[in-house]
Amino acid sequence: MTTARDEILGRVRAALATGTAGPAAASSTGTPAGSTTTSTVPREYRESGEHGAGSAHVLDLLVDRLEDYKAQVHRVSAAEVSATLRRLAATLSDRDHVPERVESTGSGAVPRPDTAERASGAPGVVVVPAGLAAEWVTAMSDGGVDVVVDPPGAPLTPSDLDRAAGVVTAARVAVAETGTIVLDSGADQGRRAISLVPDVHICVVRADQVVQTVPEAVRRLAHHPDRPLTWISGPSATSDIELNRVEGVHGPRTLQVVLVG
Amino acid sequence: MTTGNNAGPPSNRTFLGMPQPADPLRWGPSFPDAARRELGNDQLRRNLGHATSTIRAKRAKVVGEVPDWEALRDAGSALKAQVMDRLPELLEELERNVTARGGVVHWARDAAEANRIVAGLVQEAGTDEVVKVKSMATQEIGLNEALEAEGIHATETDLAELIVQLADDMPSHILVPAIHRNRAEIREIFLDNMGDAPPDLTDVPRELAMAARAHLRRKFLSAKVAVSGANFAVAETGTLSVVESEGNGRMCLTLPETLITVMGIEKLIPRFTDLEVFLQLLPRSSTGERMNPYTSMWTGVTPGDGPSEFHLVLLDNGRTRVLADEVGRSALHCIRCSACLNVCPVYERVGGHAYGSVYPGPIGAILTPQLTGESSDLPYASTLCGACYEVCPVKIDIPSILVDLRAREVESGSAGRGWGAAMKTASTMMSDGGRFRRAARLGRAGRILGGRGGVISRLPGPGAAWTASRDLPLPPKRTFRDWWAAHEREKTGERAGDDRPRPGDGAEPR
Amino acid sequence: MRIALAATCLGDAMFPQAPIAVVRLLERLGHTVVVPERQACCGQMHVNTGYQREAVPVVRNHVRTFGPVADGEWDAVVVPSGSCTGSIRHQQAMVLDRAGLAAEARTATAVAARTYELSELLVDVLGVTEVGAWFPHRVTYHPTCHSLRMLGVGDRPLRLLRAVEDIELADLPEAAGCCGFGGTFALKNSDTSAAMLADKVRHVTGTGAEFLTAGDYSCLMHLGGGLSRHARRGRSERPAAQEATGPARTTPAVRTVHLAEILASTREQPWSPGSADRTPMSESSGTMRSTPAGNAKGAAR
Repeated sequence: MTTARDEILGRVRAALATGTAGPAAASSTGTPAGSTTTSTVPREYRESGEHGAGSAHVLDLLVDRLEDYKAQVHRVSAAEVSATLRRLAATLSDRDHVPERVESTGSGAVPRPDTAERASGAPGVVVVPAGLAAEWVTAMSDGGVDVVVDPPGAPLTPSDLDRAAGVVTAARVAVAETGTIVLDSGADQGRRAISLVPDVHICVVRADQVVQTVPEAVRRLAHHPDRPLTWISGPSATSDIELNRVEGVHGPRTLQVVLVG
Repeated sequence: MTTGNNAGPPSNRTFLGMPQPADPLRWGPSFPDAARRELGNDQLRRNLGHATSTIRAKRAKVVGEVPDWEALRDAGSALKAQVMDRLPELLEELERNVTARGGVVHWARDAAEANRIVAGLVQEAGTDEVVKVKSMATQEIGLNEALEAEGIHATETDLAELIVQLADDMPSHILVPAIHRNRAEIREIFLDNMGDAPPDLTDVPRELAMAARAHLRRKFLSAKVAVSGANFAVAETGTLSVVESEGNGRMCLTLPETLITVMGIEKLIPRFTDLEVFLQLLPRSSTGERMNPYTSMWTGVTPGDGPSEFHLVLLDNGRTRVLADEVGRSALHCIRCSACLNVCPVYERVGGHAYGSVYPGPIGAILTPQLTGESSDLPYASTLCGACYEVCPVKIDIPSILVDLRAREVESGSAGRGWGAAMKTASTMMSDGGRFRRAARLGRAGRILGGRGGVISRLPGPGAAWTASRDLPLPPKRTFRDWWAAHEREKTGERAGDDRPRPGDGAEPR
Repeated sequence: MRIALAATCLGDAMFPQAPIAVVRLLERLGHTVVVPERQACCGQMHVNTGYQREAVPVVRNHVRTFGPVADGEWDAVVVPSGSCTGSIRHQQAMVLDRAGLAAEARTATAVAARTYELSELLVDVLGVTEVGAWFPHRVTYHPTCHSLRMLGVGDRPLRLLRAVEDIELADLPEAAGCCGFGGTFALKNSDTSAAMLADKVRHVTGTGAEFLTAGDYSCLMHLGGGLSRHARRGRSERPAAQEATGPARTTPAVRTVHLAEILASTREQPWSPGSADRTPMSESSGTMRSTPAGNAKGAAR
């Protein structure tokens, strides 16, 4: 018996071999649509921008685009990162400042008994990946922030993450023209869930990680294409109601970007 | 058609939806009849007019920002053509790479087979509930209904899909399935059908979105199985990609233990770096954003990050039939951005339900008949105005394919005898200058139909469709040809001022 | 230049004022116009409706008729229609190719390469935008889908119009939107077509223009039919309540004129409706005066 696989591949080969043109291939372009064997792809598009990674123009553009999509941006020097994170995280730890928790249904509003005692289950904690810079973690802890490291061997549960006030991660690359930050699950960014479930995402981006165009970013990511990648452009949003953009749906409703350098 | 003339607006229950059809690719009355029904719905027209003009303006703005837009379109178009040419080897390459990274690849010849595979996988996972990311492929195969028949409940998590699902409705747009609903209707749908909607819910979009967030949060955190589609699959690496906005995609792709992705076999791209083209084309074309809020990419299974089981279902369901047609094949290049819907003057007036397929609008008019391989009136649901081709990010020449599909209808004898006879007569008349001249003069007999003001306001027979809304000018007293003859005589100085036809050219007296 | 005119079937039989205007305009500019007698139709209607086989003899006739332009007998072919030019340029060779007529398809390609829509001919080939026209009226311009998107004529027609003396151009809102004609679409999907037409008519009448112009009489026939109906409804179907509140609005229909008619109009020979007399048989007949070529030449001021 033919498997579905063999049959589909057979159909594909047959379709390409016959290539019977329709009865009236009158093309408004004057060329037969789809009949060309395209061995080469024209790549006349910009494969990189005119401004270098981390240049002032590119950083300014990134800030402009991030703010346009309602991300909050903090431009700091390398020396100021720890203090900035401490300040931002401290605001989160203070439960009164957690923005608009939706508590009408979620089990997330009611701690489960088995996790209630765990520090990770306590409201107001700030989650960080295991590989986040130690001095940043120390700075936050010293500032009184309840920092919880997502342990590689015993990861926090989705409910744990749901109760957390926020998450702090680094990034892999950022695209200025589109206001996009990409995480590639490196040790300083953690697995995808930690930057997804908490309601506030604080993301540290270094100047040298900021490129102008999408192709530049894709080519950096192509070094590890098998890593789980998350492209983030502002907080979650929807345009499903009358095509009006509403920021903040299922993903973090607040995106804070700490741009270094 | 019995459903034609008197079908007014759906009902006073504004959220009453389009009932679930047996076949998501073929339902409802003929296009002209369905269009007439939808045109009678003023609320729908206002919703659509507002939404499409908003999105058109947004798209135009962000596309205008990109200096190399046309070059990106050229690259996208060529890449997709290359994918079609190399489809067998690319599919095998994808399968190899997904498998090497711990994924399981399944092949489905048709909708029923795909649905069986997914239902089986969900049962194996030991659950009767799945969360879903918006996906055209699963809409096309009617997956939700098939799962329901197996006792499995699928929850749509995209806001618009949720609205459609709660209203027991059909999607009317590829990107924004609830584009036919306004905020007041959505509020009503939530209050009536969502169960946990706050009783004091208003119709402020942000509040509506927050109600959906609260409603779905618990499901996300506890879901064992998620079902998604895919925007792109990279053959070279086995990487899958989902482009979204709300984060419901990330939730589904990340939190459950098992992920099942259903993908049409045409969604491939050859290399990872080819994403650099499509990730520029898609967001600006679809939501009119420089970049959509979230794009997820995953390659098989990554221990400690995301689902521990990944299944990829590769779906044919008519795609190889489309591929066999050299002209129509480029319909498979579609990346489902829906820009063609948003600019289409027909779609804007009648909405998605008139097309009787989960693929509405211009792309639906060429994709639906080709996927089903059946006679259809959708190829005629266009003025060939070309707005769709102009915005298509992968340059699908939709007007040319529509023309080709019309020829197919004619060849198969589905186009109507009356039209055939008229076209044959016209062909004879219009293929010879002398015959045309005589016919044009005969046309002046139509002057007898004239009323006041030199127009015809009521024609008999098929012409009544014209004069229902438009007048027709009376044929002129003299054709151009006759004027030209007189003009030439004047020029050659034969007899200036006499504009009567030359003797012997068959002209009848006026 | 020797320029062959493809009058188009619609222009010949229904709207002679457009090809007549082309003749007058080109002769005034000092060119020689030729009207090959065998011409009939470009085949667009057959192709676009799906009657490809029936289109073949129509297309062959067009290609044979205008074949001499490929041999240099004429310098160019001009067509006062965007959609017919589009069909000649993008469909004819394919139709013949599919019918196995490879040699004729090559001729078709050569003919198409020397075939121009009117505004293309004037701006690109003859290099003029200022043609010495005079048209003292308020006018709005509809770009027509095929001129705009299939041919890409861009702002050529508007550049020509802006150079017309005493014209008052009014911007048409949502100008690029289709009027809903689409050939047989207007019959097969008449309700949808009518909805599109109604929106276009609203935009046109909102401009306060006396004239609506375009480079294609097929769209103008549709628009003119809608505008005429709109105006008659405005007169005859006004609610009594409105009648009571003020003087009855006498809505003269916005007239449709081809771009060529505006460009052909001069102070010496201003535009008049007489060039396509449509008074019904029972009413008086107008006269049309054609001008000796010698007088018309160089009439530009």
